[in-house]
Amino acid sequence: MAADAAAVRAPAPSATRRLPVAEALGGGFIVGYLSLVVLLPLAALVAEAGNFRHAVTNREAVAALELTLVLALAVALVNAVIGTATAWVLVRDDFRGKRIVNAVIDLPFALPTIVAGLTLLALYGPRGWTGLNLAFTRAGVLLALLFVTLPFVVRSVQPVLLELDAEMEEAAASLGAGPAGIFRRIVFPNLLPAVLSGVALSFARAIGEFGAVVLISGNLPFKTEVSSVYIFGRIQSNDAAGAASLSLVLLVISFATLLLIGAVRRWATRHDRQD
Amino acid sequence: MIARISLRCAVLFYLAAILLVPVGLIFWRTFEHGIGPAWDAVTTPDARHAFWLTLKIAAIVVPLNTIFGIVCALAIVRHKFPGKGVLNAVVDLPLALSPVVIGLALFLLYGRDGWLDWLPFQMLFSTPAMVLATMFVSLPFVVREVVPVLREIGTDQEQAAATLGAGPIATFRRVTLPAIRWAVAYGVVLTTARSIGEFGAVSVVSGRISGKTETLTLLVQDRYESFDVTGAYAASVVLAMIAVATLVLLTIFKPKEERA
Repeated sequence: MAADAAAVRAPAPSATRRLPVAEALGGGFIVGYLSLVVLLPLAALVAEAGNFRHAVTNREAVAALELTLVLALAVALVNAVIGTATAWVLVRDDFRGKRIVNAVIDLPFALPTIVAGLTLLALYGPRGWTGLNLAFTRAGVLLALLFVTLPFVVRSVQPVLLELDAEMEEAAASLGAGPAGIFRRIVFPNLLPAVLSGVALSFARAIGEFGAVVLISGNLPFKTEVSSVYIFGRIQSNDAAGAASLSLVLLVISFATLLLIGAVRRWATRHDRQD
Repeated sequence: MIARISLRCAVLFYLAAILLVPVGLIFWRTFEHGIGPAWDAVTTPDARHAFWLTLKIAAIVVPLNTIFGIVCALAIVRHKFPGKGVLNAVVDLPLALSPVVIGLALFLLYGRDGWLDWLPFQMLFSTPAMVLATMFVSLPFVVREVVPVLREIGTDQEQAAATLGAGPIATFRRVTLPAIRWAVAYGVVLTTARSIGEFGAVSVVSGRISGKTETLTLLVQDRYESFDVTGAYAASVVLAMIAVATLVLLTIFKPKEERA
């Protein structure tokens, strides 16, 4: 009897037999890797930030930051609308070539940002096909940012739309709601967390974008210079300490946006978690 | 009906105007004078060096980030430890940081008067710093792709393997790894695409020394600024073709639930 009891053992709490050595090694590897690649450089950045007040409050820096934030917000809002519409078309509509369109959405993730900037210049710059010359304008910078942030809202909303239970919409329809009403009161509230998540990702990406912007904007101070380009200029002018101070500002904004995304996700899935 | 078609048209028009036409135009402009000039532009010594340097960096960065990604995902999903939230945040950080900021951080660490400027071999303005910069920016992808899959498959199969007497390594090799291989593949494709396409961070730390520390992306900017527009387009086409191949691979490896 006792032998039987001893022979049948419940599975260990973790999936495999615990090997303290392996776990310590794994943990050490993760900590060491992250320290070398991420944490140590960021520590240097934080520590070497100098001359903070002047670096951050001078007129050119403030203008760059304002432009960056305004453009990022504009881009986030445009993406909220168009991204949701795109996700809707990709999920609810059907047409030939839809699979290709769906694949193409990821192009901004796959294409190097400098190439994106160059391609937009080819179309919307001087001697561009469209005849519109948006080089050295804020509209040009906006276009570049729209390119690189295009997938975020779409990819955020798509899975939610896919999983949305049609029953709710059908019930609403059977109670007499028109399509607009159904969208407004049933679909949209369910999509809102995903849209917000995508918007926050777009925003965070847009404030830091460099490669796509650097060619088309011409980097005119007070007109088309965004913070990332200004920081690059500070490095070139041997003002690494000032550049680091500005970077800290961007870092804090990015971090706050990340935290916001996390909070939105947790709020959105508050009913799904089995805590 | 009309609403649906007009929405479809509006969306397709937007995508064409922002994505497709610009990229198509690059192909057009590159080959507008025939394949000859374009081929010459991408086979100059500088271009060839840039191409191999880009591949070399990717060849170092991708395996390292893949191993890290799998180990980190296993730790996050299968183990309990304090500070897991911090780990998640740190892993996600590269996605929210500007590449210029990342480059600057490395510059401050390894540059003259930097914290680690006493190292015997050259880091900054040379390949090692470029590798580190690329590792930083492409860090999260494998982790983020593997974590949800690991969560979803649960530990049932691994526990079954354990009760049948398999050791941890055998279980990993024959149960866990095959279950996550498509997620890993997807993450590897994203990591590779990001490594090849990295521009901002590498621009800061490389010094952009033509023929020595220029990657393909830096070459594009160099040529454009030297008014060699054809050369810039030609290099861009190479990168664009890599991007298209990336898209094809991503579509193949895409997790089934995400297919529209």
